[in-house]
Amino acid sequence: MTRKQRRLMLIGGVFLAAIAGVTLVLSALDKAVAYFYVPADLAALPSPPEGLIRLGGLVETGSVRREEGGALIKFTIIDEISQAPVSYRGILPDLFREGQGVVVQGRFIDGELVASEVLAKHDENYMPREVAEALKEQGRWKEGESPNSPSTP
Amino acid sequence: MAFITDYANPEKFERLARPLTPVLTSLAAALAALGLYFALFNSPADYQQGESVRIMYVHVPAAWMALFCYTAMAAASAAGFIWKHPLADVAAKTTAPIGAVFTALALITGSLWGKPMWGTWWAWDARLTSVLILFFLYLGYIAIWEAIEDKTRAAKIAAIVAIVGFVNVPIIRFSVDWWNSLHQPASVIRADGPSIHSSMLTPLLLMGAAYMAAYAAMLLVSMRTELAARRLARLERLQSERVSGVRAE
Repeated sequence: MTRKQRRLMLIGGVFLAAIAGVTLVLSALDKAVAYFYVPADLAALPSPPEGLIRLGGLVETGSVRREEGGALIKFTIIDEISQAPVSYRGILPDLFREGQGVVVQGRFIDGELVASEVLAKHDENYMPREVAEALKEQGRWKEGESPNSPSTP
Repeated sequence: MAFITDYANPEKFERLARPLTPVLTSLAAALAALGLYFALFNSPADYQQGESVRIMYVHVPAAWMALFCYTAMAAASAAGFIWKHPLADVAAKTTAPIGAVFTALALITGSLWGKPMWGTWWAWDARLTSVLILFFLYLGYIAIWEAIEDKTRAAKIAAIVAIVGFVNVPIIRFSVDWWNSLHQPASVIRADGPSIHSSMLTPLLLMGAAYMAAYAAMLLVSMRTELAARRLARLERLQSERVSGVRAE
């Protein structure tokens, strides 16, 4: 074995060991790496989790209600499988609206997620306002969906 | 391959790099001017983000370059470590600070975008955290070069760190697909084509090209500087040996 081959083996070995190590760590951490849970994760639990959690999903269309003169905001987070009611006192980010993705941090009290923080999740779609409106008018796309894969009726 | 081995000679490299530097610098300036014109004046506001979308034209290419520079640094480190290519270590060493600046730029502009859009400056999600780790990898790599006196030894250790750290690059790329993250998935390089309107893709790609040309220009300048500094150090050592009466070599 030449010196060059030995160096190649050494660096290749070190790199493979690093990959193996990182893969093991990440698979052990698994869900802990995720920034938030989705309602479907909660549905799999016997009772709502205790302590601070983050929950992400879409704000259900038509679910946003304001109480106490607008100070208290109530809405429902949904995914394809389940849903969770949320209440929040505070300032909502600009992108918050019905049908949009959000990540909410808070605690479950009496089956309701009492949020201390609401973050808006932006999707990967970028387009001018006119294009978005044209697509909506033609019925080819609605907010919260990827315009690349319009749902076929 | 002949091309690469030819330019292993620092003098040949200098003959090529010297005229190329102003060409690349002007190219970068021209592309940046055109890209910024499109980004700031000749592109529409986003249907959701409004004018804040313009931060993307600075942020996204910076993030691309952060990954590209690290990949280049790891590849050059491997070439230097295995084949002892004399310019590879120099290329890897001088890429590090440039990559670190691109990474810092991506983190800062991302934070500025995050506050109005997400509602927070920072979130410990997989994408943001892995990019922060990338920034620390760059700093660690630079620190190794500074900390070890013997440059041949420094090159070897730094190369191993760069190659091991490369594990982070695919993690950053796929972090948004593997885990629930606050950061949105990729818009440009994706299986079903870009999910970004062409009027916004144009300034983005122009800025990407400008960043790439700027990297190439900065790389040539700092490689030439590094080679000149090494030549100077060698000459000073020879001179001091002569003065103190020790026979050189």
